[in-house]
Amino acid sequence: MSTGIVTAHSVVEPSGRAKTVAATLVIAYAVISMIPLAWILLTGFKSPPDSISYPPKVIFEPTLEGYCNLFTTRSRQTAEYMATLPPPVGTCEEIARGRNMVIAGSSNYVPRFINSLVIAFGSTFCAVALGTLAAYGFSRFKVPLADDLLFFILSTRMMPPIAVAIPIYLMYRELGLSDTRLGMILLYTSVNVSLAVWLLKGFIDEIPREYEEAAMVDGYTRFHAFWKVVLPQATTGIAATAIFCLIFAWNEYAFAVLLTSGEAQTAPPFIPIIIGEGGQDWPAVAAGTTLFLVPILAFTVLLRRHLLRGITFGAVRK
Amino acid sequence: MTKHLLGAAALAAVAALVPVAPASAQPKTITLCWAAWDPANALVELSKDFTAKSGVGMKFEFVPWPNFADRMLNELNSKGKLCDLLIGDSQWIGGSAENGHYVKLNDFFAKEGIKMDDFMPATVLGYSEWPKGTPNYWALPAMGDALGWTYRKDWFARPDIQADFKKKYNRDLAVPKTLTELTEIAQFFQGREIDGKKVYGAAIFTERGSEGITMGVSNFLYPYGFKYEDPKKPYSMEGFVNSEGAVKGLEAYKALFKCCTPPGYTDAYMQEGLDAFKSGQVALQMNWFAFFPGLYKDEKVGGEHIGFFVNPPEKERGSQLGGQGMSVVSYSPNKAEALAYIKWFASPDVQKKWWALGGYSAHKAVLNDPGFAATAPFAADFLKAMGEVVDFWAEPSYAQLLLAEQKRVHDYVVADKGTAKEALDSLIKDWQKVFKDDGKK
Amino acid sequence: MLGGPPAIRRLRRAFTIAVEMRPTTIIAMTEITPVPSLAARVASASPDWMARRASGLSDRSIAWLFIAPTVVLLLAINIFPLIWTIRLSFTNYRANRPNAPLLSVGIDHYQSILSDADIWAAMQATAHFVVWTIVLQTLLGFALAYLIDRKFRGHALWTTIILIPMMLSPAVVGNFWRFLYQPQIGLFNYLVAFVSGVPPSSFEMIGSVKLAPWAIILVDTWMWTPYVALIILAGLRSIPDYIYEAAEVDRASKWRQFWSITLPMVLPFIMLAVLFRGIENFKMFDMVNLLTSGGPGSTTEVASITLKREAFEKWRTGFSSAFAVILFVTVFGLANIYVKALNRVRQR
Repeated sequence: MSTGIVTAHSVVEPSGRAKTVAATLVIAYAVISMIPLAWILLTGFKSPPDSISYPPKVIFEPTLEGYCNLFTTRSRQTAEYMATLPPPVGTCEEIARGRNMVIAGSSNYVPRFINSLVIAFGSTFCAVALGTLAAYGFSRFKVPLADDLLFFILSTRMMPPIAVAIPIYLMYRELGLSDTRLGMILLYTSVNVSLAVWLLKGFIDEIPREYEEAAMVDGYTRFHAFWKVVLPQATTGIAATAIFCLIFAWNEYAFAVLLTSGEAQTAPPFIPIIIGEGGQDWPAVAAGTTLFLVPILAFTVLLRRHLLRGITFGAVRK
Repeated sequence: MTKHLLGAAALAAVAALVPVAPASAQPKTITLCWAAWDPANALVELSKDFTAKSGVGMKFEFVPWPNFADRMLNELNSKGKLCDLLIGDSQWIGGSAENGHYVKLNDFFAKEGIKMDDFMPATVLGYSEWPKGTPNYWALPAMGDALGWTYRKDWFARPDIQADFKKKYNRDLAVPKTLTELTEIAQFFQGREIDGKKVYGAAIFTERGSEGITMGVSNFLYPYGFKYEDPKKPYSMEGFVNSEGAVKGLEAYKALFKCCTPPGYTDAYMQEGLDAFKSGQVALQMNWFAFFPGLYKDEKVGGEHIGFFVNPPEKERGSQLGGQGMSVVSYSPNKAEALAYIKWFASPDVQKKWWALGGYSAHKAVLNDPGFAATAPFAADFLKAMGEVVDFWAEPSYAQLLLAEQKRVHDYVVADKGTAKEALDSLIKDWQKVFKDDGKK
Repeated sequence: MLGGPPAIRRLRRAFTIAVEMRPTTIIAMTEITPVPSLAARVASASPDWMARRASGLSDRSIAWLFIAPTVVLLLAINIFPLIWTIRLSFTNYRANRPNAPLLSVGIDHYQSILSDADIWAAMQATAHFVVWTIVLQTLLGFALAYLIDRKFRGHALWTTIILIPMMLSPAVVGNFWRFLYQPQIGLFNYLVAFVSGVPPSSFEMIGSVKLAPWAIILVDTWMWTPYVALIILAGLRSIPDYIYEAAEVDRASKWRQFWSITLPMVLPFIMLAVLFRGIENFKMFDMVNLLTSGGPGSTTEVASITLKREAFEKWRTGFSSAFAVILFVTVFGLANIYVKALNRVRQR
C-alpha cells in the first residue's frame, strides 16, 4: 500500500509488450493524422499547375511560387511589354516573369496577419486580465448570486456566433465600431472572458487564502496581496487560460467575416479567398495556412506544460 | 517566459488603440471595389490613365465572385467607408437605390453631358435604372456581360473525332445550334480518351453558396420557355415559372449535369470552369464572356484551340445577363473624386481602350462600330448575346429570391430531391412569400 | 487487509472528489499539499477578522472592484445585445432597410420557424453531425488516451504532435479539406483507392448526398479527437495507483479493473468532453460552410448556416433573431439537463 503523497498516476506499470503495442498504435494514429498537414506543407511549395494536377503529384519540383503569390499581386502583360522591362530583381519577380506577369504590388496578407496578431493577442491579454480579477473576486468574496452569475456567464458561450453577431452588427453600425480593431478586441474579449473567469476561478480556488491573508496582516492592501502573492501562484492557470483564449481569437472566422472588411479583417477570412487566374491559388492558400499556424504553434509549444492542466480546467494538480 | 508573452499581448492591446497613421500629406486616393477576375485586372491597367490625368491615385479592393455579394452588401449595409466606387452586380440596383447606398447620378450626368442614350439600351436597363423602365440612374454601365460557351475547336477539327461523331449522330460535329445538340456533343466527349487522357463533356455552373447554379440553369430555362412572370400581370408566376417548357428545361440541365460533367463537379462556378477548361478536362465550358479575352490569350488552350458560341436556342432564344454598373457609394468621403472617375470612364476614347484591354464596354461608340465584330473572335457572339439577354429579378429583396432558387435548383439537380415540377412549384411558393412580405401582389 | 470488490468501491468513495452541487462546477480535486511556508503558519495563527481589518476598504466594495470590469463588459456586449435580439424577434426589422417602418409581428416568426420544413431539416442535419462526431470522437479519444497512458517512451512528444490539427482555424481547415476531397486532384480519394482498391473517381465525398454528412464528420473528428483524448487522459491520470494496487492484491482481472475502476472514474471526464464538443458542434458554422456550403442541396446545411443566410444574406433580422433565440433556448435547455446528469455521476 502506498502512503503519504498521492502520486495521481494511473495504472501499475504496464508490461513492455503493452507499451510497444500502445506506442505503435499511437504513432500510427499520429502519422495518419499528420498526412493532411504534410500535404498542406508540401502544397505550399508546388506551382499552381502542379497543385491541381491529376493524379496528385507526390514528387514534384519545389518552387517558392506559392509563397510569392501569397505576398504579392501580379498582373499579366503582353510579351512585347515584357521585352521592354529591365531584368527581374529577386526570386518572386523572376517567377512572375516566367509566367508573363509582373509584380504589381504587395498583397493584403501581411496587413491581415498583423490584424490577427493585434486583435488576438490584445483580446487574450484583456480577457485574461479581466478574468483573473473577476475570478479572484468570485473566489475570495461572498458575491451575491455568485453561482447563478457564473452559470449565466458561461451560458453566453452557448450562443452560435452568428446569433451573437446579429445584434452586435447593428450595435457596431450605430457606434461606428464596424471594421475596427477596437471593436473586434472588445468582442473577442467579452466572448473569452466568460471562459477565463470560469477556468481561473478553479485555479485560484486552489490557492490557499492563508498566503494573502498573511500578507495583508503584514500591511499589504488587498490588491497588493493579489498582485504579489496570488498572481505568481496562478501562473499555470493563467498560461493555460491564455492558450485557450488565444486559440479561439486567433482562429475565429464568423465574427471576423461579418464584422470586418478592409481595415480590421484578420487572416482567417482572407486565406480561403486567395484566388489565382482560374480557381483558388492552392499553393498560396497552403502557404498562408502554414505561416498562420506558426505563431499559435510556437505559443502552444512554449506553454505546453500548462496545457494539460488547462484542458481539464484545473482538475489535475501537478 | 509566460510573463514575456503576456507582456507582448499587452503591447498589442495598446497597439490596437493607436489608429493607423493617416496618409495626410499624400495625394488623394480613392478605392474602387469590384470582383476579382480578369476584367478587374484590365481596369487596373486602364485606370493608370485616370491617375495620370487627374493626379488622384487609385486603390483597388477585389473580392472573388463567390464572396463578392456577401462582402459588399455587408459593407453597404454597415455604412462602410471602404469603397468610394463600387462596380456592383446588376441585381443590387433595386436594394441599393431604395436603401440609399448609391448616389443618384441623374444630376451629375446632366451637368457633365453624359447621355444614357450613348449606351446600349439593354445595359442601361439592366445596370443603371431603378425602378426598371424609368429614367432614374444609379450607375454608369461599366461592363457588359452575358453567359456564353467556349469549346475546344482543335478537338472538333480532328478527322477521327469528326468521323466518330458523324457515325454516331449522323451529322457533322460543329457548333451546336440547339441545346439538345449541345447535350449530344457533351455526351459524345464524356469519357473519351484524347491525347492519352480521359476527358469529359462540359463544365457547367453548379455552385451552391452564392449564385452559380441559378446563373447556369437560367441559360437552359430561358431557351425552353421559362418566364419570371406574366408579362401582363406583374408578380404572377403560376404557369410561367413552372410552365411545361420550364420543367423540360430544368430536366435537361439535370440530364446534362448527370451525364456529362467531370467527377466531383457538384459545386463549381466560373473559377472551376476555367480550371477545368484550361487543364484540358472538358470539351465545352459554360462561362461569362468576361473571361473570353483571357482564355483566347491562354498558352495551352487559347488561339487556334478555342472557339466561342452564344447560348444556343431551343424553342426561343435567351442568354443570362451578367455585367455591372459603376456606382458612387453614398457613404464615401470622396464623392467628388469618384464622380470625376466616372466622368473619365464614360468618355468614348477610354471606352475604346477599355475594350482593347479586355473589358466589355457598353458604349455605343464601341459596340456599334462596324469593325467591332472583327476585333475579336467572340465579339460577334457577344453582340448577339446582348441582343437577347434576360436578367434575374433586381428587386430590393433579390437576395431572398436568389437564395430560394439556389436551394430548390441545387436540391433537384445535384441532391436528387423530388421532380423538376415539384422544384419549380416550391420555388413559386417561396417567391410568392417574399413578394407578399414586401407588400407586392 | 482489504476485502473484495466492495472494498474497492469503499476505497474509491474514500478518495472521493470534493464537488460542489451546482452546475457551475469544475472538478476541484484536493490533494495533500506540502507544509506551507512561514507566512502561512503565521496566517493560520492570526484570526480572520484581523486580516480583514488590515485591508482598508470594506470587503464588499473591493469585491465589486474586482468583478465590475468583467460584469460591465459582459453586460454591454453579451447581455444587452441578447435582450435586443429578443426584442427584435417580435418585429419585422430588416437590417438592410433601417428606415422602413418597424412593426410588431408578435410570435409570427416563432410560429413560422417551428412549422418550417426546411428549418427542421437543418436541425436534423445539425443533430446528425453533433451525435456522430461525439460518438466517434469519444470512442477514438478514449482509445487514444488509454494508449498514451501506457506511458511508452516519447509519449509526451507524440501527444504534442497529435494536438496540432486543433490549432488550425476551422475555416481554413474546411477550405483545405475541400481541396483534399476533390475526386480528381485531391489526396483523399487516392489514399482510399490505395488502401481499398476502389477507383479514385468512382465516389465523391462532398458531392454525394450519402457521403457529404460523413465528410464533415470526418474532418471534425480529425480536428478534435486529440482534444477529447487529452481530457480523458487527464481523467485517467487522476486515478491513483493504490486503487489498482489494491485490485491487484484482490486478484481482480484487468477487464474487471477496467470496468469497475477505470471507466467509472473517468466517466465524469468523458461526460465533460462530450458536453464541450456537443456545445461547440451545435454552433458549428465556419468549417462546414467552407467545406460544402451546406450542399449538396441542403444536405449538410447545419443550423448556423441557415441562420447566417437568413440574417446576413436575406437580411430578415427579426426572423433570424427568433431563430437565434430558439437555438439558444435549445442548447441551454439541453446543457442544463446534461449538467444535472453530470453532477449526479460525480456524486457516486
